[in-house]
Amino acid sequence: MNFDFTEEQLMIQQAARDYAQRELIQDVLEREEKAEFPARHVKNLAELGFLGMMVSPEYDGAGMDSVSYVLALQEIAKVDASVAVIMSVNNSLVCYGLQRFANEEQKQKYLKPLARGEVIGAFLLSEPEAGSDATHQHAVAEDKGDYYLLNGTKNWITNASSASVYIVMAQTHPDKKSRGINAFIVDKNTPGITLGPHENKMGMRSSDTHSVMFSDVKVPKENRIGEDGFGFKFAMMVLEAGRIGIASQALGIATGAFERALAYSQERKAFGTEIFNHQSVAFKLSDMAVKIENARNLCLKAAWLKDNHQSITVAGAMAKQYAADIAMEVTTEAVQIHGGYGYVKEYHVERLMREAKLTQIYEGTSEIQKIIISRSLIKE
Amino acid sequence: MKILVLISNVPDTTTKIRFTGDNKSFDTNGVQWIINPWDELALTRAMELKEAGAFETITVANVGTQITESTLRKALAVGADEAIRVDAVPQDAFFVASQLAKVAEGYDVILAGIEASDYNGAGVGGMLAELLGINSVSAVSGLEIENGALKVHRDIDGGSQVLSVPTPVVLIVQKGIAIEPRIPAMRGIMMARKKPLNVIAPVDAESKTEFLGFELPAPKAACKMVEEDNAKELIRLLHEEAKVL
Repeated sequence: MNFDFTEEQLMIQQAARDYAQRELIQDVLEREEKAEFPARHVKNLAELGFLGMMVSPEYDGAGMDSVSYVLALQEIAKVDASVAVIMSVNNSLVCYGLQRFANEEQKQKYLKPLARGEVIGAFLLSEPEAGSDATHQHAVAEDKGDYYLLNGTKNWITNASSASVYIVMAQTHPDKKSRGINAFIVDKNTPGITLGPHENKMGMRSSDTHSVMFSDVKVPKENRIGEDGFGFKFAMMVLEAGRIGIASQALGIATGAFERALAYSQERKAFGTEIFNHQSVAFKLSDMAVKIENARNLCLKAAWLKDNHQSITVAGAMAKQYAADIAMEVTTEAVQIHGGYGYVKEYHVERLMREAKLTQIYEGTSEIQKIIISRSLIKE
Repeated sequence: MKILVLISNVPDTTTKIRFTGDNKSFDTNGVQWIINPWDELALTRAMELKEAGAFETITVANVGTQITESTLRKALAVGADEAIRVDAVPQDAFFVASQLAKVAEGYDVILAGIEASDYNGAGVGGMLAELLGINSVSAVSGLEIENGALKVHRDIDGGSQVLSVPTPVVLIVQKGIAIEPRIPAMRGIMMARKKPLNVIAPVDAESKTEFLGFELPAPKAACKMVEEDNAKELIRLLHEEAKVL
């Protein structure tokens, strides 16, 4: 086995680290407090190539592998999970979905500007009454001959107000159940689209989350992705790949909290010595380090499988569930190690703890991942 | 015009420094290498000038073994067009300058960082100019090129000086030459793989220095807090313990 990274992978990791440590750290607390979208950073990261990392250069992407993507997202999320989720949605849901399943005209028109990061995208699957159970789509896309008429509401949409391109799942043939669902590319400025208020979230507050309402929205026929009824399969395949992104984000959140706790434990003194010298603290850090190493290995394994065109169904679910769960544990312990300081905003770890919680919920809850993993155990 | 930027390969500034062999050499095990920060700023300014049309290509050069190639590759990713590595273990400033003199001929402008963040030798730039028989300007904090003419800003005691200098010239640059080093874009990282990195055999040059030993700075003493109204105690500590008064 070869655990070495290539020169390029290390350079990408360093570039992401440099950007996060030099730029994101400057205003992360303020943006988070004000729930302000990081427009300037998204633009800068787009220029560096981080918004379309894995899209082939033919469609203006950077043509990088998934291992580089894991390394980069980890570095960004260590400092700012909101920026990491914006990056993850654009890369692993929107760009990935289009690169893999869109036709040539759609790629030319939509994928290219998305890969350059000139515009960003959003992925609209969840509904007020369809979260984990995504087969029951209430949004309807009625076939009107040369266009579809879209009606319904989508919930918890990351990038909802800042995105220009929506990928929307909706039911066309209710009698066919999940096989009647279609996926569409929808321009956000199409008449009939309105946004709900900015969700006032517990964490990742500078990513813009809204519900999106569709009222008699006309979607051109040529904007359907794949064959009629391909939408559910499309969404599931895209989400499968997307798990690597959220797993890496969770890994980054955990690593960020761990690094802060480790540094603090060597500065703060109690009972006459640095608190690292107390076994109760040192053992916590030891446990955190092992969990992070495990999560990192799961993320990199899933990325490696994807880069080698092998199935990531189980590996991705394992990485996502484990990294999200340990992110919650590690960030909670990081707050504990900081004591009272951990509970105030300037020390960052309380924010990382709030951010970690979302990774257990979105893009497939930890419980959904366990369904995927457990079902795989009894398959031949 | 042709520009050459000298690149020193130095340990990352967060490296834990250890010595081996009776404290006569630096332990490079597990060290992360980076471009010397002053050289990185020099490269950044070279890029800006290239974008403004002053140069067509930027060459970077280094004296070092194969471990320095990832540092040179990073310089290529940031935007240099070609790299030269003189394949030798750098011994001292004279040795390095002698090696660079072989590759630095024919360039109009040669940029050298004022010092390297590892040994702080601050010798290569001046020695290289001498070996090449050309001018050098030290402590350069600004460089402009208008119609092929160089306008050089340097920091002097209590102010600054602006010079017009003929080429070829070695400019020994410091902070201020550029604001912030550039982060390589992914496109640059991919292109770096295809850019030329030429490895050149070293010339015979004797080193003029022998390292007798290294030692780490004394560990920082614990911080002593003095009550704000106890100036007497503060003076006593500064006088008797810190011995600065």
